[in-house]
Amino acid sequence: MQFFGGSSVAEIAPSPAAPPGTATGLAGNNANMLYIFNRSGVCLLYREWHRPLHTLDPQQDQKLMFGLLFSLRSFTAKMDPTSVDKGNLGVPLLPGQGCSFYSFRTNTYKLSFMECPSGIKIILVTHPKTGDMREPLRYIYNIYVEYVIKNPLYVHGSPIKCELFNTNLDQYVKTLV
Amino acid sequence: MAAIYSLFIINKSGGLIFYKDYGSAGRMDTNDSLRLASLWHSMHAISQQLSPTVGCNGIELLQADTFDLHCFQSLTGTKFFVVCEPGIQHMEGLLKVIYELYTDYVLKNPFYEMEMPIRCELFDLNLSQAIQKDRVSLFGR
Repeated sequence: MQFFGGSSVAEIAPSPAAPPGTATGLAGNNANMLYIFNRSGVCLLYREWHRPLHTLDPQQDQKLMFGLLFSLRSFTAKMDPTSVDKGNLGVPLLPGQGCSFYSFRTNTYKLSFMECPSGIKIILVTHPKTGDMREPLRYIYNIYVEYVIKNPLYVHGSPIKCELFNTNLDQYVKTLV
Repeated sequence: MAAIYSLFIINKSGGLIFYKDYGSAGRMDTNDSLRLASLWHSMHAISQQLSPTVGCNGIELLQADTFDLHCFQSLTGTKFFVVCEPGIQHMEGLLKVIYELYTDYVLKNPFYEMEMPIRCELFDLNLSQAIQKDRVSLFGR
């Protein structure tokens, strides 16, 4: 399964820039929330731009999100109608193993998901009418690599506290349609 | 070649009451289909908890690499979901047709017990006809 076939950071172009907030009228931002998890389930980053409803406290919410994604990946690998040997439900899957989902949509939000070969999972929650977010998620992964991984003071596996990363991320998310 | 790979109907408690396979590679035995149905029921419920705004009714469309999954939940909590090829647009309409067939041939059947597995001949017959018609209209275009 090809993840980032051939494109380097310099070449990747973000999705066409639009004036902030044009699509949905939200003040400046079309995205609701962003989560980044590592492969053990530690939430490295949670950013929220527009979230009127908080059902659970942040810890529970992040655990629930990770659990949902874990189960959904297991579910899609087993449901895959094109593969003959699907393995067993409940067996933890390696990144890239089995069919994986990349987004789901409800009537109030759309969740886009990307899992990298290193096990880093990036989740972006947006307005339900948003288009395919796979390219923007790859771009966000590149921002993460540039400003977090290459930061010599960052300890892997710990929550992300890099100012430059946050600024660039906010700027980029503002341009998403 | 099938546009639809399979159809599942789940009752309001999450139990599988109907499962039909229309051409997925590899067999899925009964236990697996039961487990997947319950898993879907739980995830549908959890997705409502994670919504950033009020009024979420659960997952309507799941997009994966090799298939799409469209789900329709009736007002009573019965869920109908189809696994189909990626990119098909009109599945919502087909799900509503299946729901109508369910109300006509299953719910109005005096011998059918609520929440139990569906064993109604007329439902199977009409369902096959509807799926066939859908397949023809899809490929006839």
